[in-house]
Amino acid sequence: MKKLIMLIGFITLMTASFAENQIATLRGETVLTDEPVAPLMMPEVNDDRRLSRDYPMAAPTIPHKTDGYRIDLNSNKCLFCHNRQQVSASQAPMISVTHFMNSDGNFLADVSPNRYFCNQCHVSQQAVDVLIENEFISMDELLKRAHESH
Amino acid sequence: MLTRLKAMLRRWWRVFSKPSVHLSLGFLTLGGFLAGVIFWGGFNTAMEYANTEEFCIGCHEMRENVYVELQETVHFSNPSGVRATCSDCHVPHEWSYKIARKMQASKEVWGKVFGTIDTPEKFEAKRRELAEHEWARLKANDSLECRNCHDFSSMDFTRQSERAALQHSTALASGDKTCIDCHKGIAHHLPDMSGVPGWD
Ligand code: HEC
Ligand code: HEC
Ligand code: HEC
Repeated sequence: MKKLIMLIGFITLMTASFAENQIATLRGETVLTDEPVAPLMMPEVNDDRRLSRDYPMAAPTIPHKTDGYRIDLNSNKCLFCHNRQQVSASQAPMISVTHFMNSDGNFLADVSPNRYFCNQCHVSQQAVDVLIENEFISMDELLKRAHESH
Repeated sequence: MLTRLKAMLRRWWRVFSKPSVHLSLGFLTLGGFLAGVIFWGGFNTAMEYANTEEFCIGCHEMRENVYVELQETVHFSNPSGVRATCSDCHVPHEWSYKIARKMQASKEVWGKVFGTIDTPEKFEAKRRELAEHEWARLKANDSLECRNCHDFSSMDFTRQSERAALQHSTALASGDKTCIDCHKGIAHHLPDMSGVPGWD
């Protein structure tokens, strides 16, 4: 009996540690003590082509590069082109009107502080393979599947 | 000490003011020319040294603020390996402008010696004023220093991003705006921008 328990314990431990190696991590196979070779930096997509969004309230991705663009207390490089007063000169799309609304639902004259940090929701893109597969589908695909199953 | 100096000056003056008896006109001309070259060269060498990155970041005010910030930008390292150093953007190449800027810069060195910007806080507080000087200068000379490297007539719009080409072929081409109007903060972090057109 004792032997059996020990055997089961041993097997569980082995599978557990084996399973641990199977977990996908971004650092890959490299052991902790080694320095992995960094993958090449891929250029940011910079073609200024708008993409369609997967659902109406989706934050659009940024179709241009933004490296070196600072957003801090002193300045906001994004708003230099996308703010209400700037779009006639820059011809950039104006930030959404929701961005002028504060958390109480009141509209302000300028960008609401809780929308100030643009890259919390909007990011530049790189043409790379996804690092980890996911099963995300667009809302349209979701509706289509729902109709089909009825 | 003073009397000795006076005596020496008087002696020199006497030598200088006396018409030459022994030396030929040719020698004098050549000598004058050489002395001029040496003096001029020395002066310019000193000026050149004051233009090096080494000199500019010799004081910690510059090394720890603006230089660190420059290092993150495309003007410090890029695929083509062309670096813009401090003097490329801050010192005009034209001689008379250069001297004028140097005299203005002496005031900045003065600022360093007497500690107007010797802490990050003091620097930050003074930053808007310093930045405004640079914006005004670049606005007045139509961004001459930028254009020393970036020649408008050599810009290939078909190779620029759409939005860059749009702006460069309109507002820039017409002379309505100059580089610094649209490209503030390309080399350093910006100061508090409240009140600056387009930024607040
Ligand atoms: C010493 C030459 C030099 C000077 C002076 C210079 N630049 Fe540049 N600039 C460069 C180089 C080199 C690049 C990078 C080219 C590349 O991507 O390989 C660059 C890139 C740029 C970019 C593109 C930034 C990006 O993220 O792609 C802008 C905008 C720019 N410069 C504006 C300016 C402005 C404005 C000035 C004047 C204040 C200026 N430059 C002065 C050499 C210079
Ligand atoms: C009317 C505004 C405006 C003016 C004036 C202007 N630019 Fe630009 N420039 C832009 C915009 C917008 C972009 C694209 C966004 C960015 O890179 O920041 C751009 C991009 C650039 C780029 C990168 C181009 C690319 O696609 O890789 C360089 C280099 C540049 N500008 C240099 C200059 C120089 C030099 C001057 C002055 C001779 C100048 N710009 C004047 C608006 C302007
Ligand atoms: C590519 C051009 C460029 C280069 C290179 C550059 N600067 Fe500047 N610098 C500027 C511009 C433009 C400003 C005006 C403020 C702004 O738009 O950021 C400025 C502003 C400054 C200011 C005023 C304070 C501030 O931050 O606005 C200081 C000081 C300064 N630069 C020092 C330096 C030193 C030191 C170096 C070298 C380590 C250097 N700069 C390299 C373009 C440049």
